[in-house]
Amino acid sequence: MDLTLHVWRQAGPGEPGRMQAYEVKGVNEHSSFLEMLDVLNQQLGERGEEPIAFDHDCREGICGSCGFLINGVAHGPLPGTTVCQLHMRHFRHGDALRLEPWRAKAFPVIRDLMVDRGAFDRVVQAGGFVSVATGSAPEANLIPVPKPLADRAFDAAACIGCGACVAQCPNGAAQLFTAAKVSHLGLLPQGQPERTARAVAMVEAMEGQGFGACSNYAECEAVCPKEISIDFIARMNRDYLKAKLKGVEKVPLGD
Amino acid sequence: MSTGPDTPLQSQAPSAIPADPKLDAKVPPGPLAEKWTAHRDHLRLVNPNNKRKFTVLVLGSGLAGASAAASLAELGYVVECFCFQDSPRRAHSIAAQGGINAAKNYRNDGDSVFRLFYDTIKGGDFRSREANVHRLAELSVEIIDQCVAQGVPFAREYGGLLDNRSFGGAQVSRTFYARGQTGQQLLLGAYQALSRQIGLGQVAMFPRTELLDVVVEDGRALGIVVRDLTTGAISSHAGHAVVLATGGYSNVYYLSTNAKGSNATAIWRAYRRGAFFANPCYTQIHPTCIPAAGDYQSKLTLMSESLRNDGRIWVPLDPQDARPPQQIPPAARDYYLERCYPAFGNLVPRDVAARKAKQVVDEGRGVGPQKNGVYLDFADAIARLGRGVIEDRYGNLFEMYEKITGEDPYRTPMRIYPAPHYTMGGLWVDYDLQSTVQGLFVIGEANFSDHGANRLGASALMQGLADGYFVLPYTLGNYLAGHLGEKLSTGHPAFRNARAETDARLAKLLAGSGKRSVDSFHRELGRLCWEYCGIARNAAGLEKALALIPALRDEFWRDVRVLGTAAGVNQELEKAGRLADFFELAELMCRDALMRDESAGGHLREEHQTPEGEALRDDERFAFVGAWEWKGEGAAPELHGEPLAFEAVSLSQRSYK
Repeated sequence: MDLTLHVWRQAGPGEPGRMQAYEVKGVNEHSSFLEMLDVLNQQLGERGEEPIAFDHDCREGICGSCGFLINGVAHGPLPGTTVCQLHMRHFRHGDALRLEPWRAKAFPVIRDLMVDRGAFDRVVQAGGFVSVATGSAPEANLIPVPKPLADRAFDAAACIGCGACVAQCPNGAAQLFTAAKVSHLGLLPQGQPERTARAVAMVEAMEGQGFGACSNYAECEAVCPKEISIDFIARMNRDYLKAKLKGVEKVPLGD
Repeated sequence: MSTGPDTPLQSQAPSAIPADPKLDAKVPPGPLAEKWTAHRDHLRLVNPNNKRKFTVLVLGSGLAGASAAASLAELGYVVECFCFQDSPRRAHSIAAQGGINAAKNYRNDGDSVFRLFYDTIKGGDFRSREANVHRLAELSVEIIDQCVAQGVPFAREYGGLLDNRSFGGAQVSRTFYARGQTGQQLLLGAYQALSRQIGLGQVAMFPRTELLDVVVEDGRALGIVVRDLTTGAISSHAGHAVVLATGGYSNVYYLSTNAKGSNATAIWRAYRRGAFFANPCYTQIHPTCIPAAGDYQSKLTLMSESLRNDGRIWVPLDPQDARPPQQIPPAARDYYLERCYPAFGNLVPRDVAARKAKQVVDEGRGVGPQKNGVYLDFADAIARLGRGVIEDRYGNLFEMYEKITGEDPYRTPMRIYPAPHYTMGGLWVDYDLQSTVQGLFVIGEANFSDHGANRLGASALMQGLADGYFVLPYTLGNYLAGHLGEKLSTGHPAFRNARAETDARLAKLLAGSGKRSVDSFHRELGRLCWEYCGIARNAAGLEKALALIPALRDEFWRDVRVLGTAAGVNQELEKAGRLADFFELAELMCRDALMRDESAGGHLREEHQTPEGEALRDDERFAFVGAWEWKGEGAAPELHGEPLAFEAVSLSQRSYK
């Protein structure tokens, strides 16, 4: 199949960018979207043009490196799928596709389709952990965890930190990402001692990183490649509000 | 033992292997089961107030790197951690699906530390160091405790206790898992521990930063030279110790299950600076991956071998049988693993399963549009257990398979084929995980230490975390205790030299007006390695590869096309630098495979196999670790041998019948 791609090209951070059109011919329907871009980059190189930069690594939908907007939709049209796992059989001959980097204040563009998602790491650094130093853990089976609870925690822990939720949100909010980590740890018995402090610390860190506010659009849930539920956002908000209403002071984490 | 560069390759393998003074494994004395405890009791310690006076550089943030960086920082060392990905959470450990072994014996099925040790030694075809493997088995139980406390959501039973399953090559259920995403959850546990230390200011994290050289002076590591992949800036970092946790080199084959960015540059640069490279020919071809679909294929995707617990592997008896799999009656199917290995059936070790798959495909009995796969069929398991159970166990894997192939494995059997997956070879380390360069420690897949000639399933995660959480924090302290008060500086001439060489190398890659893309060279190198140093090797093929690879490397340096500059993001430049090192590594891998004139584990020399096609070891001549020393540009590397002595196990021919 032949496609027309309109791709955001930007030489570096803070540089002006623009959409550039490319014709891609003879795309194999069994190739992945990123393999289609590999082929295009090969052709660009042959013409002496610099290839399109995009983040990618595992190409198995688990590392969370890849992601850009295809016609305004994070990771493209297939639900529950990262762009590396999106295959060309889902497109048709003659399609015109617009490829843009994540658009969010907290994710500045580095080059072309690459953005800086360091803000996510900083939210986790603020409290997205259980403070347990190596060697101090009790016997693993000492604390039983009901299977439904463990499964629910896993559903939240499945987040790959790709940033699609932020990119799709009209406000550029990171509630789904943050709530996934708050809930993963807050649901488990091991995460209880720091549950309140964690929720407060992570929510405040999130707000400090330039992410927008949540107004319940639920766009994040719709594009999440791991189909993480916005129920977790409600759960995070409850933890946060309870902490604030009860006057639970933010306690220092990690010490 | 050592041989000069002019010695013919074949004769480099000696008939007897005396201990080499350059390879002191420093295995502690005493009974096997007490070595680690006794060793730990006598390692030197660093006073808590002095720990902050030491800086440790950790390269890589996978299971080994992240767990090491976090644990060292918790102890009070100043840690700088580097990864080429945009976040430490993305290292390729994250893609491990199946599980992690531990000798907890929760199932009361006869497991023990000794049994896990024995299975690992045997699985590695008696080519690993006993003491290291026993320590690994001992530490396995602590890893599970640590991860559960961190909040890793392992699978549980309805009583709330941890679930286990049996995994390739094991007759006990000792594998802990988190759906099909065990690596992800373990890595996130380590990443969270690391993040905590970053938040506390104890670790300085450098994402999107790639090692380009290790700085060594008088046999001792002083620091590193790195490139910021965003700005292109090159900088030097000094440390009291350098820890390489940079993973394996399966991408030498181009098509592998590794992430696109996985590369060998850190270990290769260290090799060129004096760290010996051990057993490079020990590579693992994973039996259950999705077959390549076309020539645009950029990587191969693994389907966890846990699928072999419930899936049955078969091909049609008749190569001409073109019916859809469901229409082929049982009598016309060859369940070849169950037929050849009744005791283990579909659960034979990876190397055996991979070789058999290649054999039936080579016989023309391959399935799928390119006839390059075998069936992995769940129909019987679904009939026996119900779709719900299968969905619970493998749901995400089935989904992934359907996304990639467009076929629904609940209805039609999966097609699988072997693909390069893991490399047991790596930098040589002693019992303390220190390389032949003082102060340069190597952990996880980057070292050679625990898996011998073949790694068992669910053991890579175990080794990465054992090294990072429970070995290195002790052994590194022992090393650092002898270096208190030493001032760090990047002003040493060795830093200036390494920096100048790095600049020159980047300039050389960018200088050419070549015509061929980096990927086209990488594909060609990968095909050579797969053809001549893949599932099966022979002397003639390896000699051919040893002529073809240098020729291709010369062409690469003459004709590679790298556009742009070294300032700012340049992904082609990154790939070209990594490929340049893969060329050299590929040559060493083939040289090692040629030297090792026996079969062992994943290294099958066609000249040495049993009538059933099993690997035939030569313990008289080859019960040693082959460690190669770089002797300079254009000179042949020198082979050193570490004899392998077995006290607790007796060497036997592996048999899975």
